[in-house]
Amino acid sequence: MRLELRGITKRFGTFTANDGIDMVVESGEIHAILGENGAGKSTLMNTLYGLYEPDAGQIVIDGEPVVFTGPGDAMRAGIGMVHQHFMLVPVFTVAENVVLGQEPVGKGLIDLKRARQIVRETSEMLGFEIDPDAKIEDLPVGVQQRVEIVKALSRNAKLLILDEPTAVLTPQETDELIEIMRRLAAAGTSILFITHKLREIRAVSDAITIIRLGQVVGSATPSATESELASLMVGRSVSLGVAKEPATTREDVLEVRNLVVRDTHGVPVVNDVSFTVAAGEILAVAGVQGNGQTELTEAILGIQKPASGSVVLRGEPLEGKGVRERLDSGLAYVPEDRSTDGVVGEFSIVENLVLDRIGAAPVSRGGALDMRFLRRNAHELVKEFDVRTTSVDRAVGTLSGGNQQKVVLARELSRPLSLLVASQPTRGVDVGSIEFLHDRIVSERDKGAAVVIVSTELDEVLALGDRIAVMCGGELVGIVPGGESRDVLGLMMTGIGPEEARERAAEHHTLLGEADLEAEAEAADAVPVAPTTPTTPPATGTVDDAPVEETR
Amino acid sequence: MSTPKEPLGPTPAEDPLEPVEPQSAADVEVAGEQSRASVAELDGFGRRYLRDVMSSSSLLTLLAIVLAVLLGGVLIIATDPAVQEATGYFFARPSTFFAAAWDAASQAYLALFQGAIYDGQAATFTRAIRPITETLTIATPLILAGLSVGLAFRAGLFNIGGQGQVILGAVLATWIGFGLDLPPVVHLVLALVGGAVGGAFWAAIAGVLKARTGAHEVIVTIMLNNIAAYLVLWVVTTKLFAGGSSGTSKPVGENSRLPALLPEPFRLHLGFILALVLAAAVWWLMERSTLGFKLRAVGSNARAARTAGISVGAMTVLAMAIAGGLAGLAGASQVLGTEGYLTASVAGTIGFDAITVALLGRSKPLGTVLAGLLFGALAAGGRLMQTRTGTPLDLVLVLQSFIVLFIAAPPLVRTIWRLPKPGVRREKPSPTSTTPVTAGADA
Amino acid sequence: MSATATVIETPAPTRAVVPAEVRRTGYLLIGIAALAALLAVLTPSGDSKIRISTSSDAIQIPIFAVPGKVTAIVLALVVVGLAAYGVLLTRRGTKVPVWVVATAGALAFVALLLLLSAGKDQVVPITGLLAGTLLLGTPLVFGALSGVVCERVGIVNIAIEGQLLAGAFAAAIVASMAGNAYVGLIAAPVAGVAVGALLAFFSIRYQVNQIIVGVVLNVLVVGITSFLFSTVLKENPDLNARVGLPVLPIPLLSEIPVVGPVLFRQNLLVYLMFAIVVALQILIFRSRWGLRLRSVGEHPKAADTVGIDVNRTRWRNTLLGGAIAGLGGAFFTVASGLAFGKDMTAGNGFIALAAMILGRWSPKGAVVAALMFGLSKQLGQYIQQLQAPIPPQFLLMLPYIVTILAVAGFAGRVRAPAAEGVPYVK
Repeated sequence: MRLELRGITKRFGTFTANDGIDMVVESGEIHAILGENGAGKSTLMNTLYGLYEPDAGQIVIDGEPVVFTGPGDAMRAGIGMVHQHFMLVPVFTVAENVVLGQEPVGKGLIDLKRARQIVRETSEMLGFEIDPDAKIEDLPVGVQQRVEIVKALSRNAKLLILDEPTAVLTPQETDELIEIMRRLAAAGTSILFITHKLREIRAVSDAITIIRLGQVVGSATPSATESELASLMVGRSVSLGVAKEPATTREDVLEVRNLVVRDTHGVPVVNDVSFTVAAGEILAVAGVQGNGQTELTEAILGIQKPASGSVVLRGEPLEGKGVRERLDSGLAYVPEDRSTDGVVGEFSIVENLVLDRIGAAPVSRGGALDMRFLRRNAHELVKEFDVRTTSVDRAVGTLSGGNQQKVVLARELSRPLSLLVASQPTRGVDVGSIEFLHDRIVSERDKGAAVVIVSTELDEVLALGDRIAVMCGGELVGIVPGGESRDVLGLMMTGIGPEEARERAAEHHTLLGEADLEAEAEAADAVPVAPTTPTTPPATGTVDDAPVEETR
Repeated sequence: MSTPKEPLGPTPAEDPLEPVEPQSAADVEVAGEQSRASVAELDGFGRRYLRDVMSSSSLLTLLAIVLAVLLGGVLIIATDPAVQEATGYFFARPSTFFAAAWDAASQAYLALFQGAIYDGQAATFTRAIRPITETLTIATPLILAGLSVGLAFRAGLFNIGGQGQVILGAVLATWIGFGLDLPPVVHLVLALVGGAVGGAFWAAIAGVLKARTGAHEVIVTIMLNNIAAYLVLWVVTTKLFAGGSSGTSKPVGENSRLPALLPEPFRLHLGFILALVLAAAVWWLMERSTLGFKLRAVGSNARAARTAGISVGAMTVLAMAIAGGLAGLAGASQVLGTEGYLTASVAGTIGFDAITVALLGRSKPLGTVLAGLLFGALAAGGRLMQTRTGTPLDLVLVLQSFIVLFIAAPPLVRTIWRLPKPGVRREKPSPTSTTPVTAGADA
Repeated sequence: MSATATVIETPAPTRAVVPAEVRRTGYLLIGIAALAALLAVLTPSGDSKIRISTSSDAIQIPIFAVPGKVTAIVLALVVVGLAAYGVLLTRRGTKVPVWVVATAGALAFVALLLLLSAGKDQVVPITGLLAGTLLLGTPLVFGALSGVVCERVGIVNIAIEGQLLAGAFAAAIVASMAGNAYVGLIAAPVAGVAVGALLAFFSIRYQVNQIIVGVVLNVLVVGITSFLFSTVLKENPDLNARVGLPVLPIPLLSEIPVVGPVLFRQNLLVYLMFAIVVALQILIFRSRWGLRLRSVGEHPKAADTVGIDVNRTRWRNTLLGGAIAGLGGAFFTVASGLAFGKDMTAGNGFIALAAMILGRWSPKGAVVAALMFGLSKQLGQYIQQLQAPIPPQFLLMLPYIVTILAVAGFAGRVRAPAAEGVPYVK
């Protein structure tokens, strides 16, 4: 189908998420929408899919304007969507999820045989097999995504929207996905995919539209350079790497030995993992979500009790020590999901900044809170960490993702620490804040802390890691030096050891791996762009209550 | 331990009545937005003040009460025999109907007021001001139990077990009261402590079960209520407890009684002051102390609290124990202050009234005191209303429920009274428009 | 590059780490075994007279005497055997099937009866007790079913108590007015729907915390029904007469010993209950309505994205839940032949909630759990009749203690619908 968006505008209260968006997607085209976190991409897609109604503008399909009152209409018009956070019911089977809302019915009850048939036929067409009776919660993430695609296609989608599809995939799985996308495009299905990752966009799309702050700021072809795309996406020139001196390591700070963590069924989710981290270096742990990284960090923090093995911090075994004890002995922890685990949304910034220091001086004195210290502390930290807010009494839940993360980091870095463990430190955070957070992490390293970063974003891993550890299936596949190639890492993420991975990667590059090599080549040739560590806060990016708006 | 698929601990907000203002956009995109009111936009300070008042929480509370009173009036009117008669010939003489209706409702509410504040009809001055003292007396256990429920709410727990905790507190206080013989202040203090311990123990059962097994405290506390009810029925028949008449216990010793604040025939006793003092203590605990911070953190986001090193299980048990202690004190104050002995009906409806008190008071101590006074007034007035106009005391329950329901749904009250939505008018500096740019070689 | 075939197998547990809930079940079994053994030891020698048949059975089995102590010991041994089996499974880390616990409990109950009746003249009317269990369990079944429907769609229905009471009230009044109990039976669900509508209104439209709404609604219903009882019904006692549902024995089936009187010699309400249980069990898990219902309760966003109207689904099913609970309320008045009394539901609604949790949110499980609670109620009442040395109040506490044990997870792992209690906002 040929899709045209004319002047689509969507507001929430007085906040304009989409402002006059114009766009065209031709039939059989793979069209990418590039924008950073918070730019309005998801809102636009949700509007297109009928979840929201636009306040202004038109959606035109094959020349006919259409109005959607709900996803049902959009589906009937031939639009299918694969969401970033899967819209699958975990306790249902594949077949049940695929037919939900359009169930085949026989004798008053659901015709499961027909449902299974639909699943088989559609997945065959796409080139893979899926067991229709498997429960979603038992399937790995990559397979779940395929179920989503099957679901969309089984409703005769002629336009398929993919929202950040590669967030949970290895580079090799991404290749497979791209293959599926190309197959569909060749058969006439239009594909609209949303991403903030520069590398993959150029590898796969036919056309690119860049969105910033709710507006279309440009369109591009894949031949545009990464820095061009990046600067359009963010609105200023961006340094695409982190300015990082090589690490100077000292003594070992963290020692993890033969760690085994089991889940409630007794299955090991961390399986005999051992590694050390020295003061003054960053160990980046890479791997697809769900391969034990979460449980590993939780075992270090102390909310997961290991079945066997040990965690030693500066010579002291942590076994038996509670969370608070560990934090007090020099551990700083940034959890994976800040809104559920990192901050108490209803508490103010003041309160959140001392969340894990309660009860001890100088926060508390004799059972009572030292209110003056709390406020002073908050003012200082907010300034130091550039948290954008009008008042330190605001509830943290009202801040943007980036500012919330800054609060978390500020809290963790506001006391003497030997080890910083940060999971997904920049997930859902705008580029300006990402730069800030990365810089802070590196400077902590330079100050002598040992740092462990867990990230599913290979870009981040490659940017930050002095050494890179890869986890797959709960096991540590290997630890490689920081400059290792993306392809090698990707193969290791599927469980292949470092040497074999290097061999195989040399034989065959993935699209993204090739893109890496190209980018390196470009960077070598190009005139070096002055790395921007902005001294004045950038005028863009998500802001809460910026006191006075700088004019651009 | 367990994979965090089930929510850790309870998850209700600090104020369970606070409606979630629908956030109808992706977190990242909207959260960045809220700008300050652009002062230049609003015309005049006066208007803004008025707007604030019109949408304020206190006004809404007041209007919710008015609404409940109106609905209660409908109920009174509908069941009044005179009105029913007048309905018969409504079309012939509508004025009789309206007169009868007005008569029924106003008489009932007048009696309510007279029973609660000041009885103009009374013979002597003493009798005339007795109502207000009755209100304060009845409010005492309500405030205490309301503090209990409110504190538990803020720690994320639904303490529906007030009834049982009051009973246990009363039982233990009674036993210390008649079982021991001690000098004046000591005996009282010990009896009060006993009451607190009794209630704390009963509530802690639910707390421990919740912390260790995840058992939902709503069901456990309600079951404990029923068990306590049977327990006290049995206790007053035992040889140890049984007093003169059947169903009552021995009277507690004089030294353990809460001293009266006013001479006979007023019933107001020190318990009222105790309740106020405890309200202040609860405020300090929750707002200024380390423990209160931890309790609130667990109540608001147990997972984040856990990640910050706060023991959710310990806080759960502590919260229930403290809440139980407060409710137990309510029971103790009934025995040691008002009654002087234990009966099976010592708890009355305090446990459930406490829930409505806490909800109306938004779980905050000051609000709880005010709400306790209001419901105490309704209860005191209700008795006189029942005597003078025959309107059943159950009307008070109806009023209470309606008030709480309306408080819980401010948009509903706003709609009914056609009030403006609250408001800081929000302004976002409009993004400077950029002319679209094409990058890369043209395809 | 060709796509890979992906057929997924779930990895089998490598070694048993015993999850907490399984361990608890093990402890429970050991507890029941110890209890049974104790009962067996305490049983005085002498015979227990047991009656199985009722007067209208096809085959009359005479009252037989069972040597109390011996039988009790045999039963205790069986229970110990079951407990041993259960503990074995526990050590292996696998879930103990419900029938093991249920059978152990049932046999222990029989042992208790033997203890109380051995050597005495009173006859133990087993069939009567079972029939009573079913009867006392009826409102619990309805309440639990209501809870299942509501919670499966994501709404926590604490107001079951109020819906039962409203149903009882409406049934009594309408039946009195019409002089016909069946008409009352129609009015009961209507009253339940009214309460359910308030629940839906405040929790869906205004997103008030569902537990709060439920608790307040219970108070409201008590208040209104008590108010009307003390005014209108006092003045017009013919509006609150005793109108009972007649017993409708099913020919042939009702004459089978034991099973007959219990299952097939009941009133219409109980038969309706059978039908509703079966219907819900099939429909919730195999029909289109059921799939959509469950999707809304588990992952409302997913349901929304396939075009299901989440809030409308919740509205409709909350009303349905209200109707079911209201119908159950008719048990207290019309089905028991009693007039309405203040607050006559006495906590049944909350026990029903416990039954729902215990029954893992399925109609089948809810029925089993509700009957278990009904059994504990019946037991409490019966033992009172037997003049046991225990003060009656403690026996009356029995169902509530059992409920606490149940929700404290002593009978297995529970997993609520994932999105329950959370208002859906786009």
